[in-house]
Order: sequence, then C-alpha cells, then structure tokens
Amino acid sequence: MSEQPSEPRATFINIGERTNVTGSARFKKLILEGDYTAAVEVARQQVESGAQIIDVNMDEGLLDSELAMDTFLKLIAAEPDIARVPIMIDSSKWSVIEAGLKCVAGKPIVNSISMKEGIEPFIAHARKVRRYGAAVVVMAFDEKGQADTKQRKVEICAHAYDILVNKVGFPAEDIIFDPNIFAVATGIEEHNNYGVDFIEATREIKQRCPGVKISGGVSNLSFAFRGNEPVRKAMHSVFLYHAIQAGMDMGIVNAGQLEVYDQIPQELRDACEDVILNRNPEATERLLELAPKYKGTGEVAESQDAEWRSWPVEKRLEHALVKGMDQFVVADTEEARQQIARPIEVIEGPLMAGMNVVGDLFGSGKMFLPQVVKSARVMKKAVAHLLPYIEAEKTETSRPKGKIVMATVKGDVHDIGKNIVGVVLQCNNFEVIDLGVMVPFQDILKSANDNKADMIGLSGLITPSLDEMVTVAEEMTRQGFQLPLLIGGATTSKVHTALRIAPRYKGTTVHVLDASRAVGVCTALVSESGAQAADFAAKVATEYEAIRVERAGGTKEKLVPLDAARANAFKIDWSSYAPPKPAVSGTRIFAEYPLHELIERIDWTPFFRAWELAGNYPAILEDKVVGESAKKLYADARKMLEHIVREKWLTAKGVAGFWPCRRDGDDVVLFADEGRSKEVSRLYFLRQQIEKRAPRANMCLADFISPEADWIGGFAVTAGHGIEEHLARFKADHDDYSDILLKALADRLAEAFAERLHERVRKTLWGYAPDEALTNEELTREKYRGIRPAPGYPACPDHSQKPELFRLLNAGQNTGLTLTESFAMLPTAAVSGYYFAHPEAQYFGVARIGRDQLADYAKRRGCSLEQAEKWLRQNIGY
Amino acid sequence: MTRAEKARQLRDIGAERILVKDGPYGSMIQSYRLDEEGFRGGRTFDHDQKGNNDLLNLTRPDVVGEICNAYLDAGADIVATNTFNSNAISLSDYGIAGMAREINIAAAKLTRACADAATARDPAKPRFVVGALGPTNKTLSVSPVVNDPGFRAVSFDEMKGIYREQIDGLLDGGVDFILIETVFDTLNAKAALVAADEAAEARDEELPVMVSMTLTDLAGRNLSGQTVEAFWHSVRHARPLTMGLNCSFGATELHPYVNALNPQVDGLVCVYPNAGLPNELGAYDEPPEMTAKLVRGWAENGWLNVVGGCCGTTPAHIKAIAEAVKDVKPRQWHVLPPALRLSGMEAASFF
Repeated sequence: MSEQPSEPRATFINIGERTNVTGSARFKKLILEGDYTAAVEVARQQVESGAQIIDVNMDEGLLDSELAMDTFLKLIAAEPDIARVPIMIDSSKWSVIEAGLKCVAGKPIVNSISMKEGIEPFIAHARKVRRYGAAVVVMAFDEKGQADTKQRKVEICAHAYDILVNKVGFPAEDIIFDPNIFAVATGIEEHNNYGVDFIEATREIKQRCPGVKISGGVSNLSFAFRGNEPVRKAMHSVFLYHAIQAGMDMGIVNAGQLEVYDQIPQELRDACEDVILNRNPEATERLLELAPKYKGTGEVAESQDAEWRSWPVEKRLEHALVKGMDQFVVADTEEARQQIARPIEVIEGPLMAGMNVVGDLFGSGKMFLPQVVKSARVMKKAVAHLLPYIEAEKTETSRPKGKIVMATVKGDVHDIGKNIVGVVLQCNNFEVIDLGVMVPFQDILKSANDNKADMIGLSGLITPSLDEMVTVAEEMTRQGFQLPLLIGGATTSKVHTALRIAPRYKGTTVHVLDASRAVGVCTALVSESGAQAADFAAKVATEYEAIRVERAGGTKEKLVPLDAARANAFKIDWSSYAPPKPAVSGTRIFAEYPLHELIERIDWTPFFRAWELAGNYPAILEDKVVGESAKKLYADARKMLEHIVREKWLTAKGVAGFWPCRRDGDDVVLFADEGRSKEVSRLYFLRQQIEKRAPRANMCLADFISPEADWIGGFAVTAGHGIEEHLARFKADHDDYSDILLKALADRLAEAFAERLHERVRKTLWGYAPDEALTNEELTREKYRGIRPAPGYPACPDHSQKPELFRLLNAGQNTGLTLTESFAMLPTAAVSGYYFAHPEAQYFGVARIGRDQLADYAKRRGCSLEQAEKWLRQNIGY
Repeated sequence: MTRAEKARQLRDIGAERILVKDGPYGSMIQSYRLDEEGFRGGRTFDHDQKGNNDLLNLTRPDVVGEICNAYLDAGADIVATNTFNSNAISLSDYGIAGMAREINIAAAKLTRACADAATARDPAKPRFVVGALGPTNKTLSVSPVVNDPGFRAVSFDEMKGIYREQIDGLLDGGVDFILIETVFDTLNAKAALVAADEAAEARDEELPVMVSMTLTDLAGRNLSGQTVEAFWHSVRHARPLTMGLNCSFGATELHPYVNALNPQVDGLVCVYPNAGLPNELGAYDEPPEMTAKLVRGWAENGWLNVVGGCCGTTPAHIKAIAEAVKDVKPRQWHVLPPALRLSGMEAASFF
C-alpha cells in the first residue's frame, strides 16, 4: 500500500464477476441470508486472484437492491485489500446505480445505461453519471430491443457515441460499449452467428468511435454447455482470443478460470473455433459430440536414482548443494533433521557447510553464476522445509551477516540482474528482502525502516530508472537515512552513480557492477569492525570524488550549436534514390509466431553475458575457464526451450507497420495516404552535437528519410506472454534458477523475434531486399540493409516516444504489450523500434546534446523544457 | 464579469506568474484572544460561542476584515472566505445550524468588499474571492464506529444538502469560485462537487471549483485511503480550476506528493502547506523565511501555479512566500494521453 501512479495493465482488463447475485449462486445465497462478512470475502478473493475491477450486482427480486448495494459497498470501502481497485456498479435499475454512486469514494464504472427507454432518459442518466464522476458502460440496446446483428450493434453504439460526446460532453475515454454477447451453439440456427456478430461489431465500433473501450459478459456465450466447465472455459478462451484481437478491452470473466488458448487440446479448440466463428454448419453438432470427453484429466510423475544416494546424509546434502540438484533435498533434509538435535543445526551444520563449499568455489572462480543460482535453489528448498520446525521451536535463527532491502525502482519491471544478486547474497548468508519490481520509494524506505535493514539495493534497466534512483537518494537524504545505498542494473554505471546519485545522498553510495562484486561490497559494508566499513566507504567516496573532478575538468568533447550540427547532417543524394514502397501497407499482425522458428535465431552471446559468463558463443562452450559451466547452462537452456515450445509456455506476438512519410527538419512526418496529405503522426529525432571532424557527419535518424516521399516502418514484438504462470510456479517451488533461466530465454526469444521479423520485413513485407541470403553469423553482425533502432536506445534515446509508436502500431491490442509510467514494456521480454530502409542508414549514438537542441526538441514536442530534460537526462551535455 | 470569465482571467494570469493564495483565519483569530462576549458581539445565543470562528463574520466583521486585508496587503491574489465550518453540520456543534446561510452570505460580502477595495487600489493586480467549503466533522466513506464498518453517521444526500446551502449562500454573497478544501474524505468532496454542479445548473451558469486534498498519513493517503493520483481521478471529472494539496503537514513532508501530483494534473496546481509540523505544544513555529524557502524549491522544480499557507502561517509567511516565488516561472502542464482513468484507493489507468 503506497503512493503509486497507475500500474501498467495487461491489455485485457479482468473484471471480477463473483460479487454478482445474477451470476453467482453462492454470492446470491450469502446476500439473501444477510451474511455480508462472507460476501466481503468473496470480493477479497476476486481481487487476490487478479480482478482489476470488481463488478457488484444486487439485481434480485427478493432483495431490497438499493439497500443491499449500499450496505455492501460501504462494507468493502473499509477493506483496503479490496477497495484499492475500482468498482463497477452493475444494475439494470437506475435507482440502484445511483445508490451505489453515493457510496464510492473512487472513480467507478456504471454498468449500464442504454437507449432502451428512449433518448431522453438516456441523456438524463448520462448527465448524472458524469455529475457523480463515473465512467459508463453503454449497452447496445434501443427502443427496438437489444442489438443482435453486427449492423444493429454498430448503429446503436455510433448513435449513442454521438449523443454522449457531442451533446452531453461525456469524455470518449470514459465510455465503454457492451455490444451484447449472446449464447451460441444453442441448436437454433439464428444464434450461430452471434459470436461473429460481436467480434465484427467490436472491430467496427472501435474504428467509428475513437477513444471508447469494448466490454462484454463472456459467460453468456457458453450458456448451452452449462454443467461442462472444461468446454465452457475453452469456449471463453477461444472467444476472447478472437474478440481481443478485434479490440475487446475488458470483460466480466472469472479470471481464475480461463484456459490458456494454446493449451486447449487441438480438437476441442478447433471445435470451439468452428462454433464461435460460425465456420461450419455442423459445428454445434461436433462440439456437442466432443463435450462429454472433456470432463477430467490426470498426470503421472516419475523419479530416478543414482550411486551418491547411498552416501551419509551430510555428504548427500553437500553433494546436492554443490551440484545444484533439488530432487531429493527435502527428503534428505528431513532425514538430517531427525538425526540432528535441533532443526536450526541442520542449517548451521551440513547445509551451511555445503554452501560454504559453493561460496569458496564461486569466490575462487571455479564455479559460476548459473550453478550458484541452482545451489541456492536447493538451499531455499531445504530451508523452507525446516522453517516450520524452527518456528515451532521458537529459537533464534542464526544471525545473518546483514540485511539488505532490494527493489527494482518505480516504473521499471526488469529484475533478472537483481534476482541474481539477491540469490548470490543469500548464498553468502545475507538476509535479502526483495520487494520486487516497480517499487515506489515510500515502500523501499518503509521496508528498510521496518526491517532495520543494513543497506538498500536499487536496480533498474531502462534509462528513466536512473532518475528514479536519484529520487530515492534524495528521499533518503530528506528522511535522514544513513544506510549504504547500492546501485546496480544494466544502464547504471560508476560514473552516473558518482555524478548524479552519490551527491544527493549523505550516506555511502556504491555502484555494484555485477553479482560477483556484490558479495565483496556488502561484506565490507557490514563488517563487524566498523573501521573496515568506514575504510571502504572512504575509499569509494574518494574514488567518486575523483570521477566528479575529472568530469568537471572539461575533458568533455565540445558541442557545436544545433544549426551547425544540422548543417553538418548526414547527406544522402536523394535525386539518385527511389525509396522502395513497402509491399504491405498498414500493419501486419503476428498473433502467435512459431517459437521454433525463433530458436534458430537466438543470439546466445548476450545470454551468457546475463549469467556473467564472459565469451562469445559458440567458442564459450570450449572455453578453458568457463566452458564447462557454459555447456551445462546451455544444455539446461536447450532443455527448457524444448518445454517452452512443446508445452507452449510462451506466446510470441508481434506487429509491424509501414507508413508513407517525409522528413521535416529533424522530424519525420507520417501520413495515412500516399498523397501524403493526411498527417497521422510525427516522430521527433535528435541530432548528434559532439564536434565532428570532416567528413564525419552529425547524424540524426531523420537524415535517412527523404524530404520528398519516403516510407518508414515500426514494430513491436514480445515473447513474454504466458511467462507469469511459470514464474509463479518456480517461485512457489523456491526455484530461482529456473526463474532466471526462463526470463533470460524469453528475452532472447524476443530479440530473436525482432531479428527474424526484420528479415521478413527486408525480404517480403517491405521487400526491398528480396534476394538477401546471409548466414546466421552475418545476420548477428547486422550485415544487412536497413536498421531497426529502438526508442530509448542510443540513436533515439527518448523512451517517451514509445507510446506514439505503440499507438501507431496499435501495439496494445495487437501484441498485448503495455507500457509503464517510465515507458518500460510489459511483458519485459519485448522489443520495439522503427524501420529505416535506406542502404546508408546506420546505427549511431546521439550522445550529449546542448541546451539549444533540448529547447528546440521541447518546442517541437510541445512540452516544457523541464519535461524534456527529465526524458533526456542522460543526454544532457550542459 | 461572469464566473467563467473570472476563471479565464485567473488562468491567464496563472500562465504568466505564480499566484499567491492567502493563509488561514483560525490561528490569526486566536491572536485576538476573544472571550465568549467577544465572539457573541452583543448578540444572544442559547449555546456557548467561544471558538466559533465563522460566527465572527456576523458578530465581528472588523476582525475578519482586518485579517483578510492583512493577507491582501501581504500580496495574496486569492483570498478565501472565513467559512471553513459554515455548514449546518459543523455549526450544529454551536447550536446554530440554522444560521449557515446568513453566515455564508455575510462572509462572502465581507471578503468581496476587502478584495474589491484592494483591486481598486491596484487594478493591475486583480484579486479573486473563493468561497471555502471545509470537510465537516463527519465522514461519508469511513465508519465512526469501529466494530460496525458499514455504519455512516451521515448520508450522501444530507451532505450534499448542507453543502448546497453553503454554496448558495456564498454565491449570493458574491464569491468568484468555490474552494473545496482540506478534503480528507473523498466522498464528502464528491458530495460537494455534486452540490456545486447542481447549484450551477439551477443558476444556469458555469461554476468553477477548486479542489484541495489533505493527506492524513505520511504514506501519502487521505482518510478514505486514497493516494494523490487516485483522488485526482475521483474529482477530475469536475474539471477543477485548481487541484492541489493543503494542510496535511509542512512543506518538507508534503514534498514527494507535490512531485507526484505535478505530472498528473491537466490544470493549475495549488498547494498551501502548514508552517511545518506542530511542536510539543501544538503550535507551529516554522519561521516565514523557512516556509518561503521550501516553497520556492517547489516553484523552481516547476510544480506550482498557486501557492499559499495553511495552519500556522501568517501574513508574514504569505508575504515571504509571495516574495520568494515572484520571479519563478509558473508550472506548465501537459495534456494527458487519453485513457480510462479510474480509481479505488489506488489509481488505475487503462490506455
């Protein structure tokens, strides 16, 4: 619970449906019996299981619905775990809705109003909804009845939109249309097209009514299969799969009960698809035939044995720890517990002994991170087994060396590096309190206080996180903290820490390059003799001061004024170049890209780097020092990839788009039409300002676009959908190794997807290099024509351009990607960027820019200088 | 000038410089050390009136006017009426619930006269009068009875009713805008916003409102449990002329929340902090220069459009604040990207 700007959301918004007397027999019974305590628990479960909004409905003939709505909403207002999410006040009676509106402090959604009783009451209700400050669901319903065909749905919604936006002044973004989901496969022929009608209507309403959202009650759809939950779930998943692609934003669904589309058995999925998409006159018949078959499933487990199993238990534990094998660890730990007087001694004895071996091997460079993480997994499982016994004994646990609170800062979602550091520290007997990702400073500082931490570790990957770290440092100063502050993560650096973070904080601030350094730094900082810690702190402070002095000493390369830089732009002779027109116009969506096609494209070198194994693939596998370790890791990775593909752990989604454009100064203007008259967007690029010696140019991405008529592309891909479920499984299993492995692989798959998609763009989608034939290695070395720079990275360093790129690509809808407030992408395994096709287009770094360019940029983007400074802090050269 | 035109004028000036709001009446009134008779001002009442600051609008207009003039002299562009408790619920503590309308009209006229006189003295610096609505001492979103969380001591419609009465009085007395301040219960504020909207409809005019939240804990939440952003989502539909924070704590503690507010508000931001945290005796002793320095820091960060003082600040504080922000550019705000912005206790935005 903390001050926290909007969290990013999965594209599809889950609305909890269990607190609805019309949908849940149990909830209805509780309310009718007046058991509001149990009813409140139903709401709590909804939020806990992931509902982002909870729907409350009390429409029941036997109830005083107004009173029930009032009572229930007032009760849940007192429950912070529930009331943190918005409420959907659901009733077909206006008086019940109004009773609800009078109870809710937050901004709710009213569900619903319609033109059922004519236009006048509709306007009156809409005005009141606006007065109470709520968003609204509008049902596709008019005096003629509920809309069933696509045409009726679209007509009614477009009419309602016009009235709301133009007459009532209702903001379009507060309007949600419900174009009615009706039951299919009922045996009545007229019902067969209801699924298609909804999906198609959704697509068109989204186009005709800009800004609105689309919702629907999904469970109606499968009404014909009451009693057969597996089939209903499959139908819902298949329906949502298609409806979401068409633009459906939210739905009243039981979030915990959705089947993963890809995990539905093929024949059932096909049958559902035929029914929902009305592809086949026998569809209903076929699904009815199949239905009885899907009422239960079962699985079998297996185990294995080996020679070391005959050793004494201490040896077995040590062996398991060093080898990172968790198969027997719980049984062995239990055996040790029964032999040893006190459970704590199992930890202090054989387990710590084993971990010491691991620590020594790691410290002397004989063991590498992947194994250490595996060892930690074994340790965690053993400790988890012992914990209840230790607590039952109520003795003191062994004192850790020190306590560290770690977090990925607000706005950032990347945590592989942080998790690795956490594991390594735990292996070295530090207590790690990991607050997870997107943690606001209040929570970090509160946790540090509450837990009496010895230090705080901050992590982040994207550049805006650097700013957030400065904020945390400032807050620590303001609140009088003295604890050491550790800074880590891919974009952080010793220089940044010395220049921007350390001066804002009174306590010791240390940049930690990687996990292997973390132990040394933390150990020095908490050393028993305060002198050693003070020594270390003084050394760091001196070193950072030296960096600051050096930086202040004007060793920087000179910046030239913006007009001079522009005069020295990269020159392309446009008269001798005909920009190729993309073969595809608009966007091309890849709803589920085959993963096996991506595996071949994985660039493995960065994968090993993530695990702190230095060397290039494939040579690294034969490396004298890390070769063995790399081989094992590689084998594990390959094995996991097999699972990922076979069991469809991950879904890769992507979108690419192309637009006619032309250059305008350092901007590129995008158009809807080839006549280039209807402007749809403008991309703002930055130019290098560091003084260049001829013939080197001061580059800007806009230089690669013709000022007359050209094309530009954009893309967003992710390979991270579905990952959460497996990460949760690993977490529950205390399996950091698999957790980190899966995240690292998903990252690689996303990169591979970007690379593969770029190839297809060059060869077919844009098609300017149809005959390209490069080896994998040449591909990795980017020997092809054209570039795909990503917003937030050196050539276009402003992350805040991502929302516009996402808008152009409709990336939210098309790929399920969302952005955090700092413009990090979720799922994290994702890549987005622009496509430039000119043969001379090349990567470069904008590096430092002057105040003149920043002011110019702010003016072009129509934002304040402060805002632009915040976005481009890392590039500010003055 | 209509109220809508006044709002436009305020926005225009606000684009040029940081506007200054006044400080509190309460602590200034204390310095007059009025006794029971002092409060009654010769009138008869059935109930003790000592401490009923809002009654002074009727019984001691000289005192109220003097304080208002001191703030105007200190450089305040915006002065509020002395009506923080002038609603039937709060006044019933003094047994004079029935006098709400009378007090509000008197307060509005009095403040209007002071402000108009100041404008006449220096027409280049037009002064604005805002009618202040306090939170009352009842809560719509929280039960006062610990073991009965569903209980409420007052209903939404009652709350809306007492606010409507107050708003009508203030408008009849001539205020430019309505200020819903020190909001610790969001639902109370929503009742006030509904009342204001209904009053505007009845008068067939636009009624600009200013909204100011107060935080009740250092984690940055109000009594309804809302974060700053969640609260903003709850009131944004009213398109407030200013949105901001007041009271809560001193500027030091308020700092992160002003920072949090800045990027979210597509309107003017108005903040008026206390003079630090109260000392052991409950008094505020942060000197004017200190408050001014802290507030200047916000201004330099580009966070402020309107700034003033709350508990413990005096005309000397307001003068120091006005001086401190005089040359600092006002905050610029951005148009927020379209999104379905909802909230519970936390904000939820769906793009």
